[in-house]
Amino acid sequence: MRALQGVDLTVERGECFGLLGPNGAGKSTLIKILTTLLLPTSGQAMVTGYDVATEPFQVRRRINLVSGGDNSGYGVLTVRETLHLFSQFYGVPGAVARKRADELMEVTGLAEKADQKLSGLSTGMKQKLNFARGFMSDPEVIFLDEPTLGLDVEASRDVRGFVARWVRERPERTVLLTTHYMMEADELCGRVAIIDHGRILALDTPAALKRMLPEEPIFEFQVSATGQDLERLRGIQGLRSMSHHAHPATGAVELRIVLDEDDIIGEVLGQLKSLDRSVLHLTKMEPTLETVFIHHVGRGLSDEETEPNGG
Amino acid sequence: MGADTTDTRMQRLRMNLAAVYARASVRVKASFRESSWVVGETIFPFLAMSAFVLVYRGLHAPREYEGFVVLGGAMIAYWNNVIWGMASQFFWEREQGQLQLYLITPVSRMSILIGMALGGIVMTTTRALAILIGGILLFHVDLPLDRALPAFGLFVLTLGAAYSLGMILSSLFLLWGREVWHTATILQEPIYLFSGFYFPVSAMGTVIAVAGSILPVTLGLDGIRQIFYGKAAHGFLPLHWIPPIQVALTALFLVIAGAMLRHMENLGKHEGRLTVRGD
Repeated sequence: MRALQGVDLTVERGECFGLLGPNGAGKSTLIKILTTLLLPTSGQAMVTGYDVATEPFQVRRRINLVSGGDNSGYGVLTVRETLHLFSQFYGVPGAVARKRADELMEVTGLAEKADQKLSGLSTGMKQKLNFARGFMSDPEVIFLDEPTLGLDVEASRDVRGFVARWVRERPERTVLLTTHYMMEADELCGRVAIIDHGRILALDTPAALKRMLPEEPIFEFQVSATGQDLERLRGIQGLRSMSHHAHPATGAVELRIVLDEDDIIGEVLGQLKSLDRSVLHLTKMEPTLETVFIHHVGRGLSDEETEPNGG
Repeated sequence: MGADTTDTRMQRLRMNLAAVYARASVRVKASFRESSWVVGETIFPFLAMSAFVLVYRGLHAPREYEGFVVLGGAMIAYWNNVIWGMASQFFWEREQGQLQLYLITPVSRMSILIGMALGGIVMTTTRALAILIGGILLFHVDLPLDRALPAFGLFVLTLGAAYSLGMILSSLFLLWGREVWHTATILQEPIYLFSGFYFPVSAMGTVIAVAGSILPVTLGLDGIRQIFYGKAAHGFLPLHWIPPIQVALTALFLVIAGAMLRHMENLGKHEGRLTVRGD
């Protein structure tokens, strides 16, 4: 099985570049190749001008990686000691490392926990620490693989704020971000690539991607949780794409559809009725990055991919 | 150009030395912060050692045998650290999703392993000393301290070879994971037996003694006992053979460990085995 097929992209120095794709799209495989953890079976990948396969040392001294949901360090070490530990693998001088650790702890909200052992930290705090660790070497290129995965709303906002500031204050630094959260990519990234089944389906600025969308009407529904399978709507002529997922708080189903023209909405409503689904809310949407994603991939990020026969 | 190359080499050397120190310091700090390890690695081994001392005493064995046991008990602490604190460490790092954080750094993997080894030695020395001192004070074991210096020299050579073997084993643990883990668990007691931790290895016969000598701790212990107790140690190999053998084993193991680490990393990079996280 090929995880990546014919991926050809260039990220410019100073860019914050987003990779959007569902699970299994090839995002993490691409990041593993670019961070020298995996060798490509064919083709060439260069980071800061160095080949990841033949010059891994040159690449490694210039990069760092943060994988959201992962922890770093050892329970017996304190937050400050952990940051210092990982800085030493990049040859950061002690005084610089101490100053940088203080700054990072301050901006990530870890300052109060600086001398607390990792074993006593909450999961969110450990993830913030992992995030701060990635910046201890002040890398030329930082790979952020789902950096806010599992973080609460406030912590995610802090992390996004930090990345935005880091890019703004260091225009020569580059960020490659993979994320499930469209809003995150929209907020942080200058350009975004949409990837699925190992192929790049679209690549441009979020604004240009949105403009590229044909002016298809997009509707967002909230429908009742009970009733027959919503997948049957896909049979409606003129329904271009559709995604749906259960709302975690209300239990209702959020349904998003892209149509060829407005008139088809009547048929959609009729079909929903025949599926015993009550329409709780209906809005016509302006294009967002998620709309772009659905347009290219055919489903939303939160949807499970369904087999052609519904299996 | 030449100056640049020298600068780069110096930078790399400094970076690797810093990595050795940083990784070693984790172990050293841990040894003073984890009180539960004191029970697992000091009190339990001390109890096992005490049992052997009391058995020998009950059998009216020569007093030197009690010294064999105390030295063996101290050496077991190091062997356990080689297997469970070092050889298995990369495997656990990968299971915790942390190995990739080491592998994306520019430092040599050998620096990280050497750091683990040095930290492990410092950490284990506190346990081994507790066992040694406890044995001497509690059981009044006769250890002629005037021969401590040459014994210490051989001990250092033995640790060099044992931890170099641990570096090889760390690649095996990483490549074969749980299978090697289970094998090491199963082989733990036979290794205690065939390495002569509690009696002279020569008592096992030549074939087993030769096989056991693949582990540097077997020969090291044999030599240290000969230094302290002379002929009463029932040495397996002539004492003057043992230091050069340990040096040769260290060099051989280090070369193999370096090659295996490169092989492991290349294999892992081809097969995606270095990380546990998927797409």
